[in-house]
Amino acid sequence: MLTLLFDGIAYGMLLFVLSLGLAVTMGLMNFINLAHGAFAMAGGYVLVVLMQRAGWPFLACLPAAFIVCALIGALLERTLYRPMYGKPHLDQVLFSIGLTFMAVAAVDYVMGSSQVNVQTPEWLRGRFEFGSGALTLGMGAYRLFIVAICVALALGLQAILSGTRFGSRLRAAVDDPRVAAGLGIPVNRVFLLTFAFGSGLAGLGGALGVDILGLDPSFPFKFMVYFLIVCAVGGTSSITGPLVAALVLGIADVFGKYYVPKLGGFIVYVLMIAILLWRPQGLFSREGGK
Amino acid sequence: MSSGDLSKRLLAPSRWRAWEIALWVLIWAMPFAMPQYAALINEIAILALFAISLDIVLGYAGIVSLGHAAFFGAGAYGAALFAKHVMPDPLVGLLVGTVLGAVLGALTSPMIVRGTDLTRLMVTMGIALVLLELANKFDNITGGADGLQGVVMGPLLGTFEFDLAARTASFYSLAVLFIVFLLLRRLVHSPFGVSLQALRDNRLRLASVGMSVNRRLAVAYTVGAAFAGTAGALLAQTTGFASLDVLEFHRSADVMLALVIGGVGWLWGGIAGAIAFKVLHDVLSAFTPQYWTFWIGLFLVVLMLVGRERLLRPWTWFGRGDRND
Repeated sequence: MLTLLFDGIAYGMLLFVLSLGLAVTMGLMNFINLAHGAFAMAGGYVLVVLMQRAGWPFLACLPAAFIVCALIGALLERTLYRPMYGKPHLDQVLFSIGLTFMAVAAVDYVMGSSQVNVQTPEWLRGRFEFGSGALTLGMGAYRLFIVAICVALALGLQAILSGTRFGSRLRAAVDDPRVAAGLGIPVNRVFLLTFAFGSGLAGLGGALGVDILGLDPSFPFKFMVYFLIVCAVGGTSSITGPLVAALVLGIADVFGKYYVPKLGGFIVYVLMIAILLWRPQGLFSREGGK
Repeated sequence: MSSGDLSKRLLAPSRWRAWEIALWVLIWAMPFAMPQYAALINEIAILALFAISLDIVLGYAGIVSLGHAAFFGAGAYGAALFAKHVMPDPLVGLLVGTVLGAVLGALTSPMIVRGTDLTRLMVTMGIALVLLELANKFDNITGGADGLQGVVMGPLLGTFEFDLAARTASFYSLAVLFIVFLLLRRLVHSPFGVSLQALRDNRLRLASVGMSVNRRLAVAYTVGAAFAGTAGALLAQTTGFASLDVLEFHRSADVMLALVIGGVGWLWGGIAGAIAFKVLHDVLSAFTPQYWTFWIGLFLVVLMLVGRERLLRPWTWFGRGDRND
């Protein structure tokens, strides 16, 4: 029971890191980016290639995945995404589906279509057990590692958002880009940095998730729904919203798949529809937002 | 301008043009001229019908839906199960599929009238996913991942047997497509259809004129769902098979691509898009069987970057393009 809860939390934390970039770009640019999963996939493959072909240690691969994805994100933002900001949502949806198609086919071509695995280092393979009976809490070391990284990231991001100059600029740009630009905030550069950072986070999440989520070229489509659920349910105006949504989603998914495996994602989808019917703008958005 | 001129101008788009009649004659000539491609013609007709039904939702009512496969799947399973357990007559089965799509659309339409584009996107996609999970769960009824087999259709109108070369199927699907096209053509040029387009362009203004926005959206969504059900029923009947594939996400995405390639917001867009999409698919997958999605993706990205409304207006391809549309 507690073990399941812990697994759910770890899964939710992973989803949080994966979707945070999407939530921020969605809130910031009002851009529906279905290709977000492609960045996560790229991060996963960076990890796999560096570890298996170049022999890098696991811990060095994680920042590498972040940096590579952030660079790809920055490049794409500059060249492809920027002209799409003002377009209707339908165009954005199709554009990003097209990008995802390309990414999936390209990865399939380069890396092969089979699922890849990585060998996590020795010190992450252990397992701790506490308590007994129904209250047994078993924590895999790797999941514990993920939770630790994600908590640190969430705290760090919260600190950046609320404490630094860049954070306040970002919040201003999210609230109202026109007024923010009028006040002399370089909104375009804030967009670029945020997009790159969000893509980097997705890459990091993808790299962390190889062991738990699995990795194959269909990854962006398989998890697209989950990222979008996190953003739609959590709202896009804060970090707390996506965090809570990701945790709820992770826990509901793990419990659902454990107790009623045949229903698969059914519970999650019904839960999402119910929440969106109740609060169409997301759980934590301020009334009257975008 | 006198009132006579005005009414003539308002009615002008609803008149049949010569090229429309010519195109339909050409389309009807296809299965006669190329019986060896009957199966492909059948597929194209079904996809075109599906795309037209999405056009009502997306192009006319402006609802971005990524879950239109829900109704397609409902119609397909409905028609297949009806043929298997109740009676094998195709026309009654078609009606069952259509009604099923309509009922499902009517039931889910209250969910899509609220919220933002993102909310609608998620809810429509969620509905399709929920149906997919249900179809997978109740595999004693739907056959689950193996698909529903043993669907035997009776002869069409009591005389025409469905043959392996799909000749009957191609005429059947084309006839249904033609009838639905006529119905929807009437619908989109009716005052209701015009009010839908007004709603798509400016919801606030329509509401302040005193029209019920939500009811119109719900009706449009239901109509789109009903004919998506028809398309699904056609597929199940002409292939004698229904599987989880009819509810998958890629169905919703494919039909949207087809519609966008053909052009959103006019009924011919669905037909043109279905032809272009299927031909593109066949050519590309003959060229690179495994990676054809890459080229579809590239095509989409470029199309969106240059602006999809330009595809059908070749004279705007060169030069800066006017920005006042």
